[in-house]
Amino acid sequence: MQLYRAHVLVCGGTGCVTSGCMDVHAELEKQLEKNGLSEEINVIVTGCVGTCDIGPILMVYPEAIFYQKVQVEDVAEIVEEHILKGRPVNRLMYQDKTSEIAEFIEKYYDIDFFNRQTRIVLRNTGVIDSTKIDEYIARDGYQAIAKALTEMKPIEVVEEIKKSGLRGRGGGGFPAGIKLELGHKADGDQKYMICNADEGDPGAFMDRSLLEGDPHSIIEGMMLASYAIGANQGYVYVRAEYPLAVDRLVTAIKQAKEYGLLGDNIFGSGFNYSLDLRVGAGAFVCGEETALMHSIEGLRGEPTPKPPYPTDAGVFGYPSVINNVETIANMPQIILNGSDWFNRFGVENNKGTKVFAVAGNILNTGLVEVELGTTLRTVIFDICGGVPNGKKFKAVQIGGPSGGCIPAEYLDTPITYDSLTSLGAMMGSGGLIVMDEDTCMVDLARFFLDFTQEESCGKCTPCRIGTKRMLEILERITEGHGQPGDIEKLEELAESIGDSSFCGLGRAAPNPILSTLRFFRDEYEAHIDGHKCPAGICKGLLNVEIIEDKCRSCGICARICPVNAIAGQRGQPYVVDQDTCTRCGLCIESCPFDAISKH
Amino acid sequence: MSSKLSTDQVQQIAKIIDEYRDQQGSLIPVLHKVQSIFGYLPDEAQKQVAYGLGIPVAEVYGVVTFYTLFNTEPSGQYIIELCMGTACYVKGAVDVQHEIESQLGIAINETTKDGKFTLRFSRCVGACSLAPFMTIGEDVYGRVKQEDVQRILSKYH
Repeated sequence: MQLYRAHVLVCGGTGCVTSGCMDVHAELEKQLEKNGLSEEINVIVTGCVGTCDIGPILMVYPEAIFYQKVQVEDVAEIVEEHILKGRPVNRLMYQDKTSEIAEFIEKYYDIDFFNRQTRIVLRNTGVIDSTKIDEYIARDGYQAIAKALTEMKPIEVVEEIKKSGLRGRGGGGFPAGIKLELGHKADGDQKYMICNADEGDPGAFMDRSLLEGDPHSIIEGMMLASYAIGANQGYVYVRAEYPLAVDRLVTAIKQAKEYGLLGDNIFGSGFNYSLDLRVGAGAFVCGEETALMHSIEGLRGEPTPKPPYPTDAGVFGYPSVINNVETIANMPQIILNGSDWFNRFGVENNKGTKVFAVAGNILNTGLVEVELGTTLRTVIFDICGGVPNGKKFKAVQIGGPSGGCIPAEYLDTPITYDSLTSLGAMMGSGGLIVMDEDTCMVDLARFFLDFTQEESCGKCTPCRIGTKRMLEILERITEGHGQPGDIEKLEELAESIGDSSFCGLGRAAPNPILSTLRFFRDEYEAHIDGHKCPAGICKGLLNVEIIEDKCRSCGICARICPVNAIAGQRGQPYVVDQDTCTRCGLCIESCPFDAISKH
Repeated sequence: MSSKLSTDQVQQIAKIIDEYRDQQGSLIPVLHKVQSIFGYLPDEAQKQVAYGLGIPVAEVYGVVTFYTLFNTEPSGQYIIELCMGTACYVKGAVDVQHEIESQLGIAINETTKDGKFTLRFSRCVGACSLAPFMTIGEDVYGRVKQEDVQRILSKYH
């Protein structure tokens, strides 16, 4: 094996690729070649490091120097100064954006964003080259499945996962061990294991980063779960919106086959296993397990009632167990290190860690893995740096369109499945969208309803028509035509849709409304009774007015107005007809004297 | 939209069907591949897939219209996909949408008269750190502001 003096890690996650890391990588190879360093320095393209808004990112080991926002022009300096002469380049180092003095932080492990995390699931992402199976193996990869196949019976794998207390990371938090046990006990020669990688919640990108950054951990986890239930065939269902993840997984499966880790008689144990990929086609409802299974069968992804549960009759009518990506990624570590080790992380009934994708109005957007029971404040403020631009934190949206909002007064709540449910939100897949004071909560509820209404598969009436009616009411309110009694109507509809819908999508559809009503009822009232949008977002509740003192009656606004809502004559200030005005704002942009305002 | 397929296209589709014929649940992967030939799924192509896989035409049509990534209409030379995930929405994707619409004179899901651009929403692509996010063909644009739109679009004119 060739030895290297130093390793340069280039983050190759989707965020960094968009910021141009591939050009930086090419330039790095070129500069190393030019300086005759190609044999001494090893360049590795890794999965997502997690700090997605400061890419492209380079890390130089053994010193663990962390460079951010590296441009192609900066590469020559890093190579000549740091790699050749051993003088790290200060100006490109990580900067603590929360501190007032520009302070550069040299080392990866001194950065708050990283050193407060506990990385079990993400232990390899951002560290290894995910396209090389050898790097995964060097980090104890495929040892858990080797241990299981050579030393453990399937039921022992089930027991170990049960003892670990691992709960489903896809939303509901159903104990993963019990699901495996049901699959293990199901009768039949043919069984299927399915990995749900249809990460449809807007604002969630944990599974994508994991698939891109450590695909072999998913393969190994799938093998363990399949061995436990007695399945010889597995499917990973990935959404088509993640081309890079699909690509990395295809490569990983091919390599595992070449190494004999997938195929017949694995490790001479007699266990045969085949893993296939199924790519979705853009339907949010396919994240629901029965809908997903119909999609694998090549049908419309519509949910069917349970029972029969997937463990009795799943894909093609055979017993199937379905788990989320992150749940599966935990399994190799649990089998390798034991359930006692896993139990050291987290709190009662909520063991282990959870990966969160933090985005929205937040200083450090990115991927964070913390122990369950960590407070929201720690994640949002201590790790991710809080709300930027001096704005005030208003609420955090958790759990996507099925979840809810949590306002500032509950920031010290420890994050557990149960605490979030009691606040009317849910763990969901782990997307955290932070919102500042400029966000209108009624408009946000409308946004989510618009989403669920459009993604409703149309099979059951409460979801198909009920969400449409709720959306109409919300649109009416945000457009300024709210009526007394609308809030009560929303509550009534929410209750019946939640009770009577067919699948989780419909049952959870009213959650964004119920949760914003619970914590921000005054905003709804301000829209309906006071005809005001406190955050200044809802256009229908804004008035466009011409400031008399500033108007020079030039007439530009009247000419540009697409609906002829502005009139006037020379020598007198122009006037906006509020009934005709559509609040498009064109006049405000066109006025040379800043004489038009919206409030 | 009924259109005759060329002999070459018929052969290409036949090859895809052959590749998947014996696999269970192969309809969706087959449709993905057929769509990559045309950019959409013409009626004739759907029929050929149905006959080839031994599935009723109505069922194929049902699947095609269920999933948003399958198109039954041809699209423009460049497809603009504007992400409408929560993070993009919170960070002003709607302003970007309005700017594109007014620049191109089309609404969402429409194609410009010259057949150059089609504007669509995409579901969250997970690039939330770069919100608002959009793609034009294979090119990606992050942190798009209203005032950037004209400059970006001019690259394709």
